Amino acid sequence: MTNVKSTLLKFQSIIALVALCIVLTILSDKFLTPENGWNIMRQISINVCISVGMTLVILTKGIDLSVGSMLAFAGAITAGLLKNGIAIPSMNILLEFTVFGAIFAGLMVGGGLGTFNGWMITRFKVPPFVATLAMLTIARGATMLWTGGFPITGFGDTFAFIGTGWFLGIPMPVWIMAMVVAIAIVITKKTVFGRHIYAVGGNESAARLSGININKVKVWVYAIAGILSAVGGIILISRLDSAQPNAGMSYELDSIAAVVIGGTSLSGGRGSIMGTVQGALIIGVLNSGLVLLNVSPFWQQIIKGFVILFAVIMDRLNHPNED
Amino acid sequence: MENLSDILFEAQGITKRFGGVTALDTVNLKVHTGKVNVIVGENGAGKSTLMKILSGVYPDYEGKLLFNNEEVHFNSPKEAMQKGIAIIHQELNLIPYLTIAQNIFLGREIRNVFGLLDSKLMRYKTKELLTRLDCNLNPSTLVSELRVGEQQLVEIAKALLGEAKVVIMDEPTSAISDSEVESLFKIIASLKEQNVSILYISHKLDELLLIADHFIGLRDGKMVGTIENSAHAKKDDLIRLMVGRDIKNVFQKEKVPLGEEVLRVEKMSLPRKFDKRSYVFKDIDFSVKKGEVLGIFGLMGAGRTELLETIFGLHPNLMSGSVYIENKEVKLRSVMDAIRNGMGLVPEDRKKDGLVLQMEITKNVSMASVGQVVKNGLVSSKSEASLSKKYIEALKIKTPSVMQFTKNLSGGNQQKVVLAKWLATNPKVLFLDEPTRGIDVNAKNEIYHLINSLAKKGLGLVVVSSELPEILAIADRILVLSDTKINAELNQENASEELLMQAAIL
Repeated sequence: MTNVKSTLLKFQSIIALVALCIVLTILSDKFLTPENGWNIMRQISINVCISVGMTLVILTKGIDLSVGSMLAFAGAITAGLLKNGIAIPSMNILLEFTVFGAIFAGLMVGGGLGTFNGWMITRFKVPPFVATLAMLTIARGATMLWTGGFPITGFGDTFAFIGTGWFLGIPMPVWIMAMVVAIAIVITKKTVFGRHIYAVGGNESAARLSGININKVKVWVYAIAGILSAVGGIILISRLDSAQPNAGMSYELDSIAAVVIGGTSLSGGRGSIMGTVQGALIIGVLNSGLVLLNVSPFWQQIIKGFVILFAVIMDRLNHPNED
Repeated sequence: MENLSDILFEAQGITKRFGGVTALDTVNLKVHTGKVNVIVGENGAGKSTLMKILSGVYPDYEGKLLFNNEEVHFNSPKEAMQKGIAIIHQELNLIPYLTIAQNIFLGREIRNVFGLLDSKLMRYKTKELLTRLDCNLNPSTLVSELRVGEQQLVEIAKALLGEAKVVIMDEPTSAISDSEVESLFKIIASLKEQNVSILYISHKLDELLLIADHFIGLRDGKMVGTIENSAHAKKDDLIRLMVGRDIKNVFQKEKVPLGEEVLRVEKMSLPRKFDKRSYVFKDIDFSVKKGEVLGIFGLMGAGRTELLETIFGLHPNLMSGSVYIENKEVKLRSVMDAIRNGMGLVPEDRKKDGLVLQMEITKNVSMASVGQVVKNGLVSSKSEASLSKKYIEALKIKTPSVMQFTKNLSGGNQQKVVLAKWLATNPKVLFLDEPTRGIDVNAKNEIYHLINSLAKKGLGLVVVSSELPEILAIADRILVLSDTKINAELNQENASEELLMQAAIL
């Protein structure tokens, strides 16, 4: 009996997901179609990339509120470099960037911002909430400066392939998401670094006494969160063929929601990448279903809020002894 | 003859168990009206547990409490408070960013006719209370601006506001200066005059002789004796009261031939974090040979834990001094350096510092040496499991599986997992800080045997313990840490509980 119960609790998010799909299939004949399936997958790909980074951060008992802004800035950097390159008027130089060069630069910028977050948090003991809140506005402001407040558009077909192309019958964003997830699973489950992430979040003091370099682990997870935000940004601008200065606004909320619904504890040390993927899927399926059912967007937000609450209450029941 | 009304508060046959551990065993205690009743005993004797029962923190226990000859039972500190029993904890429970008056009236705020706080009246009453305590602090001062001694005063005032008839003080002088101690004693004297009974815990014997009216000795959870009229008591009597035990099946360490020197510490000093002119300990020198168990004894706050931590690389920016492993000086900038050079530390609080409780045994065991279970860049769960199996067998860890979460293990088995973690690093020197705290007698004995067998294998061991029989049983040589320095060094043959206690108290 207890075995049945614990199994049910363990797979609660998968069960919820399946139940949600069944209900939506009954309610709408447009839900269970290949097009809608790929649509949902494509839509969640960006959130999953960001949320994988968020999961690592939250596993160390941190939080990253700046993912949306880092996404926008990294995307804008890639867009600007692709479109205009860098001009250094005093030396009469114009650096032009290949697609790969621009993408690489975007990823580096994301990683750089994340590293800065980590540095503030470890070196100056700024609480993660505050450090990344500051970055949320810093990176947003930098995006506005870089773009002058206007969207950058038109990147050509090669670049558009990332967001809109298909490969072996699967959309490119889904490939990218799958790769990110696969690598993250191996990192969290199979590498020393992954082990250290869990140890730092589970008991920082015990981890320190075991010779784990706490600060190094933390800087890395924030850097990775930055890089993965940049990945999300690059997918987004490629899909829209446009880098909007206000892209990624409030993405941190969907991302935290996916992590939390997926059963990762905000007090650190417990959770998984697969859980987060499920969480993102639940949000994605719910979004799509509510749109198909013509539910007003205002109600959609309210329903999403209650789903988050419900997921966390279930998690609490599942782990009564954590604070 | 004893007049009944002399006894205000009484505990009869109090027994308290935590899982398998008996913390208190049929303890009887009388609190005399308007007197200072002192409980003496070593660390871990059960003093704090007893206080928590008397003040309603622990509502389940066996035995009964009598207040004014009526049986009472407290389900919460609030209920005890209503009867007039207040406790002033070792760690003060004030809210730093509220004023003195706000703290004193916390939870009992006075409201005016509009239902709003009547701050003026509360300030006035606070002033009254403080005057009663001979203290001229301003009620509007923030608690965060007060010195520890003054904060203690506020706690006492808070107790008096609740019309406390019994005030329990747990180590009240451990954190305050000499002049503050003096004024605390004046306050205690004036409380006595107001017929308030004091129950006082401390192991600073000299000051106890100044203020105590009655002594109660507690050891290993049992009451071992009382001195009813303390006027003629001497320090030696108190020490006997604290340590005088019947010796029963105490573990006896096997002699192990000593090898080469494995650890040497020279001129090790650690200044206090916020006051660099004073020291936690200063110019400590000692060495440990292979196969030797060095005990370090000292009272709470003597800097034992900090000494281990410092050698283990936890305070690299504050400390000074040198550490030599096998005659080679090692640079200690971090814990990693210490581990790399063959040191391991089993910390005092295994739940807080030793284990990641929501992780499996396997991951805890490999935590400090995860490199040895990595194959092709990835952690191999198979070799990790076999590493754990090896230590589960060797240390007799009782668990249904290697994948058990450490939070589900008993205290003794948890401690063995922490030991396994360090043994897995193949250390040359192992530091153990209170290795048997909070574990039952059988597990204690097993740990002693383990320490013994590690010494046989040629490890150097440094064991910090505040339990006298323990340190006498397992250590070849004992250093007593007191007043920032090594106050005595005794070999097992000529060490005794009395000698150790005397050196520690000095």
